[in-house]
Amino acid sequence: MDLYMRRRLINHLVIGLSMLATAFGLLWLALVLGTLLVNGVSAITPSLFAQMTPPPGSSGGLLNAIVGSLMMTAIATLIGTPTGILAGTFLAEYARASRLGEVVRFINDILLSAPSIIVGLFVYEAIVVHVGHFSAWAGSIALAIIMIPVVVRTTEDMLRLVPDTLREAAAALGAPKWKIIVMVAYRAAVQGMLTGVLLALARISGETAPLLFTALNNQFWSLNLDAPMANLPVVIFQFAMSPYADWQTLAWGGALLITAAILLLNISARLLASWSSFKQ
Amino acid sequence: MISPAARPLPSEPRPSDLVGADLGAKPPNRPVTAPPIAPVRRNPSPDGATAPTPAPAVKVEIRNVNFFYGKFHALHDISLPLYDRRVTAFIGPSGCGKSTLLRILNRIYELYPNQTATGQVLLDGTDILAPGLDVNRLRAKIGMVFQKPTPFPMSIYDNIAFGVGLYEKLPKSELDDRVESALRRAALWEEVKDKLRFSGLSLSGGQQQRLCIARAVAVEPEVLLLDEPASALDPLSTQRIEELIEELKADYCIAIVTHNMQQAARSSDYTAFLYLGELIEFDETETMFTHPKAKRTEDYITGRFG
Repeated sequence: MDLYMRRRLINHLVIGLSMLATAFGLLWLALVLGTLLVNGVSAITPSLFAQMTPPPGSSGGLLNAIVGSLMMTAIATLIGTPTGILAGTFLAEYARASRLGEVVRFINDILLSAPSIIVGLFVYEAIVVHVGHFSAWAGSIALAIIMIPVVVRTTEDMLRLVPDTLREAAAALGAPKWKIIVMVAYRAAVQGMLTGVLLALARISGETAPLLFTALNNQFWSLNLDAPMANLPVVIFQFAMSPYADWQTLAWGGALLITAAILLLNISARLLASWSSFKQ
Repeated sequence: MISPAARPLPSEPRPSDLVGADLGAKPPNRPVTAPPIAPVRRNPSPDGATAPTPAPAVKVEIRNVNFFYGKFHALHDISLPLYDRRVTAFIGPSGCGKSTLLRILNRIYELYPNQTATGQVLLDGTDILAPGLDVNRLRAKIGMVFQKPTPFPMSIYDNIAFGVGLYEKLPKSELDDRVESALRRAALWEEVKDKLRFSGLSLSGGQQQRLCIARAVAVEPEVLLLDEPASALDPLSTQRIEELIEELKADYCIAIVTHNMQQAARSSDYTAFLYLGELIEFDETETMFTHPKAKRTEDYITGRFG
């Protein structure tokens, strides 16, 4: 067999293996989504969105958990987005080659991969223990801490993709640095930065561990941020582990809801990233 | 090296030059109107009224400038004048320091750490390399156009309004006029007047570069620095840019870096030839291209190297 044929053969072999590996990875995703759909669709009823989490044996829904999740995610985003964007801006625009920047970047990367249960325990120790009770505030802060490093990283990466020639051009007109960043660099990087925020949002909307130690759960309707608050991940955790069939059905429904929401967030992030020009 | 005899070089900055010494002050409003433009002389030389070809005034005087990238000594003791309402071309092989020299003139090099310049650059008699000078205001007076077109990621209109809005608060109608006249001066108005709200990135490369020139002109600078403005463009766009330089010359002191010998010969009045960080020769373009004094200049111009 000559060299060329050998290479062709190896090429086909490796392509085949790669496709097999891809199929293997996708298989589990398909199975997870399939199981979710099969078990969850029957739980998606109007009452799921209209009633509170029930005691075992009676009918109910997930309204308090849905609202609780939305509220805590929203507050976490309100805290995490500006903090993350400002820190990312600092790293990309002011601390590129400085020692401080390198240290901050390194710590941020560690935070990025920190297990979320550690974040939950930290907030438990730092806030819940001192205040004396679980609260939605503590849950929001835990989620924000998970969100911040993601936003910092994407903001820095996206700002670094903005060519320096653009900054030079703005500086050559006499623009001060903050104006160059806000009016030129942000504008050039805004899609990537928003994509990062959406991905961070997707990441925190399914987090269970940090909420377990902070917001805990609440069986009743409550909008009080200073009290325990119901949320989808913990309700799913609790209901899925229970022996009651009706609770388990609700857990399937909640899981489907979260997955759909995350899918939606990811799709919007993709659309945003590919929506490259803003003509008219 | 340089032969001072070949050019009229005013030895002292005249009082009229020093009036503009306050870098914070805007120059008297020069009309930015559509060409053709009646040339307005800003620094009339004393003999300007009588002599048939008035001696050009020195707008920028580069004196003993050295430049360092970290420890690397990139420019050695450069001295030359840039005349008002004249085009001065910087030529030389890659890495000779011609772009570096240009980047000193508006202190854009300061955006990066470890780059230092020593010596003096006098703009109307004021040393712009002096510490404590407001760099942003300086840059508003010295416009720059880069090798690659750099439209901002905003509409065509905003690309121009951005620079104007930095130092002037204009009512909407005046801003509209300013945008229009800048685009007309850059010979772009007819092509974009119906799509001012479109992204500046939607234009072709040549149009983008003219947009950048319009942007630089709109803030009414006194000096224009062009860093190989046509090197990324096709011949037709290049020709338009050169015509543009010819027109803008009526109002500005222009310095242009170019790799293109024909371009230097066509569009400049003075030429500086740099080689390995040294100024080899500076002269009127015609003299330089017909009777170069230095052997290396002749070799470079005739294409023997570089």
